[in-house]
Amino acid sequence: MNLSRQDGNIITVSGLTKKFKDFVAVDNISFDVKKGEIFAFLGPNGAGKSTTIKMLTTLLKPTGGKLMINGNDPIKNKDAVRKSFGIVFQDPSLDSDLTALENMQYHAVLFKAPKDIREKRIEELLRFVELWDRRNEMVKTFSGGMKRRLEVARGLLHRPRIMFLDEPTLGLDPQTRNHIWSYLKDICEKENMTVFFTTHYMAEAEKVADRIAIIDHGRIVATGSSAELENQTHTGSLEEAFIAITGTTIREEQANGADRMRSIQKMWRRR
Amino acid sequence: MSTMYILWLRQVKKYFRTPSRIIGSLGQPLLFLLVFGFGFGSIFAKAGQGDYIQFLAPGIIMMSVLFTAVFSGIDLIWDRQFGFLKETMVAPVPRWHIMLGKTLGGATVASFQGIIVFVMSLLVGFRINDLFMLPVAALFVFLVALLFTALGIAIASTLEDMQGFQLIMNFLVMPIFFLSGALFPLQGLPQAMAVITRFDPLTYGVDGIRQSLIGVSTFGIGLDLLVVVVITAILLGVGSYLFERIQA
Repeated sequence: MNLSRQDGNIITVSGLTKKFKDFVAVDNISFDVKKGEIFAFLGPNGAGKSTTIKMLTTLLKPTGGKLMINGNDPIKNKDAVRKSFGIVFQDPSLDSDLTALENMQYHAVLFKAPKDIREKRIEELLRFVELWDRRNEMVKTFSGGMKRRLEVARGLLHRPRIMFLDEPTLGLDPQTRNHIWSYLKDICEKENMTVFFTTHYMAEAEKVADRIAIIDHGRIVATGSSAELENQTHTGSLEEAFIAITGTTIREEQANGADRMRSIQKMWRRR
Repeated sequence: MSTMYILWLRQVKKYFRTPSRIIGSLGQPLLFLLVFGFGFGSIFAKAGQGDYIQFLAPGIIMMSVLFTAVFSGIDLIWDRQFGFLKETMVAPVPRWHIMLGKTLGGATVASFQGIIVFVMSLLVGFRINDLFMLPVAALFVFLVALLFTALGIAIASTLEDMQGFQLIMNFLVMPIFFLSGALFPLQGLPQAMAVITRFDPLTYGVDGIRQSLIGVSTFGIGLDLLVVVVITAILLGVGSYLFERIQA
């Protein structure tokens, strides 16, 4: 079977594997995402979600397997793939010593948003996330929710074909969450944009996702719509289905370098 | 070009936005100038070497350039850990553009720092020899700034977090400074130490700026310039290569 385009798949993954020394983080996974679809990628902590996103977005080189993003291979043709997506990372990725506007401008230049529409588009997006009035304030004065909104706006700046969102709504109130999702859905419909997201809020995935894949211990253990997963597991909600599929064990995650650095930064900031 | 410019601009903006950091980082060079300058002044004069402030000031200018440059390179670790680098890394631009933009930004900041220390040393009593050699001195300042920012980025590209930082300070940056002849003349050193100082790139930077500011040199300005340019080029290459290999 020939990949993408003709069958309307914008992301095609087959046999994708990532090993870190002896640890297999992602183990031979295959799935595809259709153009214009909102696709939820769910799994417990440490299941391999972020590692997969990093491989899809050219940040990490796979150990094995085939990838196709918008008709391009992220290993061979990095820049073509990079142009086609926007991303909101799990960890904050704004420069807190720059203003909201400067963060947007920085991104616009790096992602080559056409100059003539740049300022207009930035204004439109900042107004949408309701940060236009605070555009000249340093990001370090923003709350977690405001930073998140700014990151979403930034990710959409260069009109990506695919939007990757790694736990985008973590720590946001229901109002903001609804606001962001209704806007994203709107763009998906109008511009045929695809959304690939992870979340720990099952109700959110149930509500917005057209299709869902569940990953656990580096393997895809279920795919389908929320209703299909509930039917398969004879449960009444996605949350119950998720627990039925992945079990009730609580996963341990090791603190990484970033966590350690964060605690150091906290100490420094207390000057 | 626009990529390099925006990265340069970010670096420079952040520098000028934190005046407290600029002032804070002037404390050390000022202390060195005053304490060493006046403390060793009479001994230096008795040894027949002339005015120590004259000898010392170019060295202290280079010291502040060295420290600021290495720090702005190592800054990369913070960007990396706090996610900002990721955002840059998924941009559809060649990575060496990013590396070069960041290096130029860091070098600009370090050069500014050098200029401030230069002005400060004038206030302490430092006098330059030949006004027309000032551009040459500025060139040495900028090259040394470039060299050590690139070194900082090369190091930061291979480090996961700040844990190795102390190691780098004590076993790399401090020796580079102390063995560069910034504080003492390179003549009449024990053989082993004389050899080591010849392998220190900062030695040639200090020698070059000393020649251009006070007309005193050990190696001659041509050799100084050649060594600094070649090592800067090498480190820019190594830095780009290591930066290219960073995975998130």
